[in-house]
Amino acid sequence: MGAALFLLLAVLTVVAALTVVLHPNPVKSAMALVVTLFLLAVVFVLLEAHMIAALQIIVYAGAIMVLFLFVIMLLNLQSDEPELGRGHGVQRVLAWSGGVLLALELAVVARGVPAAKVGATPAGYGGAVAVAKSLYTDFLLPFELTSILLLVAVVGAVVLAQRQRRPDVS
Amino acid sequence: MIDVGIAGVKALLVLLMVLNLSAILLWVERKGSALIQDRIGANRANIFGGLLPFNLGIINTLIADPIKLLTKEDVIPAGADKLLPFLAVFPVLVTFAAVPFGDQLQIGSTTINLQVADLDIGILYVLAMSSLAVYGTVLGGWASNSRWALLGGIRGSAQMISYEIAMGLALIGAVMTFGTLDLQAIARAQGHHFFGVIPAWGVIYQPVGFVIFLIAGIAETKRVPFDLPEGESELISGYFTEYSGMKQAAFMLSDFAESVVVAGLATTLFFGAWQVPFLFRDGFHFPGGSVVALPQLVVVVLQIISFTIKVFLLCVFQILVRWTLPRYRYDQVMDLGWKFLLPIALANMLVTGVVVVLAG
Repeated sequence: MGAALFLLLAVLTVVAALTVVLHPNPVKSAMALVVTLFLLAVVFVLLEAHMIAALQIIVYAGAIMVLFLFVIMLLNLQSDEPELGRGHGVQRVLAWSGGVLLALELAVVARGVPAAKVGATPAGYGGAVAVAKSLYTDFLLPFELTSILLLVAVVGAVVLAQRQRRPDVS
Repeated sequence: MIDVGIAGVKALLVLLMVLNLSAILLWVERKGSALIQDRIGANRANIFGGLLPFNLGIINTLIADPIKLLTKEDVIPAGADKLLPFLAVFPVLVTFAAVPFGDQLQIGSTTINLQVADLDIGILYVLAMSSLAVYGTVLGGWASNSRWALLGGIRGSAQMISYEIAMGLALIGAVMTFGTLDLQAIARAQGHHFFGVIPAWGVIYQPVGFVIFLIAGIAETKRVPFDLPEGESELISGYFTEYSGMKQAAFMLSDFAESVVVAGLATTLFFGAWQVPFLFRDGFHFPGGSVVALPQLVVVVLQIISFTIKVFLLCVFQILVRWTLPRYRYDQVMDLGWKFLLPIALANMLVTGVVVVLAG
């Protein structure tokens, strides 16, 4: 039951992820990414990581992808751009060699990974309490540093936007 | 096998509850708006030739309207994408899965938890699903290949993102008070009484949180005074201008279902969920000391009725707000969300945190 469910999810996720890359329409490509993130969240639920699953949908599918969509709509990208899917001869050679290299690397990495230990997870593992406890004890410093980093990014974005609006300031 | 059956029945029950309540609300809205505007309202259903002392206007809304919408021609404008309004309906309907509508029901040896999905992260699930609701609006507008619809969609998404933040922060206050993300546990925690008289509902702990949640919730449903995404006088009908027949009805339905979901959440977090004052598992315990013992089934039925009545009253309140206030200007909507609700929600969170720590 669990294995079959995971297999179905894995196939759907890969199909959705391929759609992101292959679909010619940018908006639909972005929507395929939303579907991919949603399916990944379901995979997290199967792994008992409920908290991560919820955060995955709230942060990635619900917030970041909406901004992606906004940018695509504001730039008014056309769906039938002729360059998409083609490219120069040199580009093709580079892309193919890069792809083959990546596949080889993945194969090497996959061989090196030890077989996963299958066992029952303790109760509450991956729930809100467990995640919060490790976040606010073992990983407190990285957590706080990340929040400062995000704050700096927000302030920086506002400053840049303001400078563009009023050229007489500096 | 029995478990799967019970889960299916619960899911169907909740789905029907939301859909039926939405349809009834449509009628309440028609009659209610008429009452407020001193009109008669939906009255063209003189079915038995005036034999009945009342007219059957509700028949129009519940039966004739859906038939009309289902059989209407579906007009698709040139250059439009055929994205389905399904995107708008799905997140709204699944949100209710985490909302408990009653306590445990004991039949023989099986215990049935009256909640479709018993999630330990219930509130986060609700926030996650409501954050997906924005796609129905923005893509519905985009797919129409129409400027009015696109403007409506963009307004809607900006508004929904802005108010989601205030809504989430208002919920954090309630989460800190009850110390759990599980909606059923929050419902149970509201079962006792202050001084034996006042029911200890969330609104007493979190009055500010409740007001912020309700305002943000009404903004999320995109209804007056936050109906800029639709804005009849500016954008024809906003993001669903170009949809006809059943597709337009799907958007309407998701609107009403969103109202029901907001009311359901407000009931669960701030109005004691399925709790009935002085009703405990074995019957009523009144302050004077008198006890009325009741069988467990009656208690559960009373709880479900209590939940439904509370949800319905909060829905009616939203309709009253809709027909009382004028529409905000767009910059006023943004100011209210970012400069007023957000700081108050943050302050509420801070005060709640201090009180929770001091009270131990």
